Amino acid sequence: MSSVKTTAHSVVEPTPTVKRIAGAIVILYALVTMIPLAWIFLTSIKSPPDSISYPPKIVFTPTLEGYCNLFTTRTRQTPDYIQALPAPSSTCDEITRGRNMVIAGPSNYWPRFGNSLLIAFGSTFLAVSLGTLAAYGFSRFRVPLADDLLFFILSTRMMPPIAVAIPIYLMYRQFGLSDTALGMILLYTAVNVSLAVWLLKGFIDEIPREYEEAAMIDGYTRLQAFWKVVLPQATTGIAATAIFCLIFAWNEYAFAVLLTSGSAQTAPPFIPTIIGEGGQDWPAVAAGTTIFLVPILVFTIVLRKQLLRGITFGAVRK
Amino acid sequence: MSEVVLHRIGKTFGDTVAVEDLSLTIRDGEFVVLLGPTGAGKTTSLRLIAGLERPDCGRVTIAGRDVGRQSPAERDVAFVFQQYSLYPHLSVYDNLAFPLRSPARRLNSDEIDRRVREVARMVRIEHKLQSRSTRLSGGEMQRVAIGRALVRRPAIYLMDEPLSSLDAKLRAELRLELKRIQKELGSTLLYVTHDQVEAMTMADRIGILSEGRLVQIGTPREIYADPANLHVAARLGQPHINLLPTDLLPGAAPPSGASAIGARTEHLEIATDAQGNAEVDWIEHLGDQNHLHIRVRGHKLVTLADPYLSIKPGDRINLTLRQPLYFGSDGERLR
Repeated sequence: MSSVKTTAHSVVEPTPTVKRIAGAIVILYALVTMIPLAWIFLTSIKSPPDSISYPPKIVFTPTLEGYCNLFTTRTRQTPDYIQALPAPSSTCDEITRGRNMVIAGPSNYWPRFGNSLLIAFGSTFLAVSLGTLAAYGFSRFRVPLADDLLFFILSTRMMPPIAVAIPIYLMYRQFGLSDTALGMILLYTAVNVSLAVWLLKGFIDEIPREYEEAAMIDGYTRLQAFWKVVLPQATTGIAATAIFCLIFAWNEYAFAVLLTSGSAQTAPPFIPTIIGEGGQDWPAVAAGTTIFLVPILVFTIVLRKQLLRGITFGAVRK
Repeated sequence: MSEVVLHRIGKTFGDTVAVEDLSLTIRDGEFVVLLGPTGAGKTTSLRLIAGLERPDCGRVTIAGRDVGRQSPAERDVAFVFQQYSLYPHLSVYDNLAFPLRSPARRLNSDEIDRRVREVARMVRIEHKLQSRSTRLSGGEMQRVAIGRALVRRPAIYLMDEPLSSLDAKLRAELRLELKRIQKELGSTLLYVTHDQVEAMTMADRIGILSEGRLVQIGTPREIYADPANLHVAARLGQPHINLLPTDLLPGAAPPSGASAIGARTEHLEIATDAQGNAEVDWIEHLGDQNHLHIRVRGHKLVTLADPYLSIKPGDRINLTLRQPLYFGSDGERLR
């Protein structure tokens, strides 16, 4: 019994062995979850033959071919034609010529990636803004039928996207919103706003209303009090909610496939359409996926403290 | 001048009556304390004056204006809350400056700076102006909260148990400081508490609230020595007033209709006497004084006694009443 130490909070301090086992489990779990990511990254720097060789190659010569193929469109040429060209101006030029091809122009990857950025961040901004206002309303005012309304808001998340896909498709065609960034922003906002309202209501409920009351007595209107006193204290919740909304909007595939095809297409439906000669160009697909991961990774790292609190909120008292 | 008048105010929350037919005048420069137990309507009264709640009926006037339709910001009041008093995302300086930076006031920054520093000196927090408000101790926080009210010169200061979350020593200190500052500024102040010591030491007048009604209002001395009924008598005095049958002890001259005698320490004369009418049950030694638990024919009394009085549990003493309070069967005082 003497080996059990207790802290001031009278929580039993884990022994070094327990800590080591726990650490090992966490590391193992992290490794397992990171294998697909590592696989994607490694595939992105393999040559097309290496990428489909069986058994999979662990040791291989890395190449940027996947990235070159991702960013460009190419045409096949005769060796004589290629011989006659001036010296290659870039690494990609050189790699492409090695496959008896020349670069014909840029691919659609960056425009699609740009669409993803615009639509995901745009809808996240809207969903979080609207969600914050709605959550504040539900938290502070006596809204008639508040519980029913909240349930209704939540219920919009209860069915799979495919269930509402056809009505939305028809509606969007009618209103001219098909294949527009605005249409996608509105759609993702609508889907995310329910999550935002529920998450943020929890956070705003935790902010004592005395702060706003104090501000209102101190000479501010309710809206000014909301802006100056409630918002600064809700930043943690807002950041956590923004991450969840962004991840959803960034990764969304079903609606994007159905509603976008050209100018407003996002990256997720575009990436699988990258086709090389003689089948799927797996390194290019993997390269597209790798780059696609970067924004969400950066955003999450920047806001990770808030995210952690967001996931555990309710369980932790300030 | 900033006289504040409540005229026949009523407020209910659902089925609960919070305040009923409350009329109260707080004169200019006066320190009024509302004393009552939890749920007596103290906080609601403050919130009604501040405009955080709207009364169901009745009228509130501040300095002669009917403020019924005005927002809290327009009413020119300052409020100190019981807790959650500081904006946690702001420094002490910014907390104190917050009311002055409001769109309703728009003071220039030199004036703001001057007043923030002046108030910081007054509540003795100058050395912590740049600290985050969450880094302060409880006493410092409450001093800043009071400072944030004092930084303005409102018609009235409203304070909702501002000292209740502090420990006894700090409470005693801040009590004195608050009274000193109020005198210095000559400000009008309505203070709510359930602590009779705070009420007795700070108030010009005390109002006793019970179940949403103002039972009695008067100077601390009047309220203590001349309570209107049993409820008021029971609010004040430590130890609690003893309620006895009219014929239990000698020295009483009950008026007709009296059904109970209220006896505090000053109404009881103790004499050591082996043949006395009472028996000492138990003695609590508080150091500077003793709590004497006495039994008289099945009735228990508690009174203060000189710590040097040489008695011990089991001793008999003689108890005589000296001008006690008389109450009718409805709890009203009989004089």
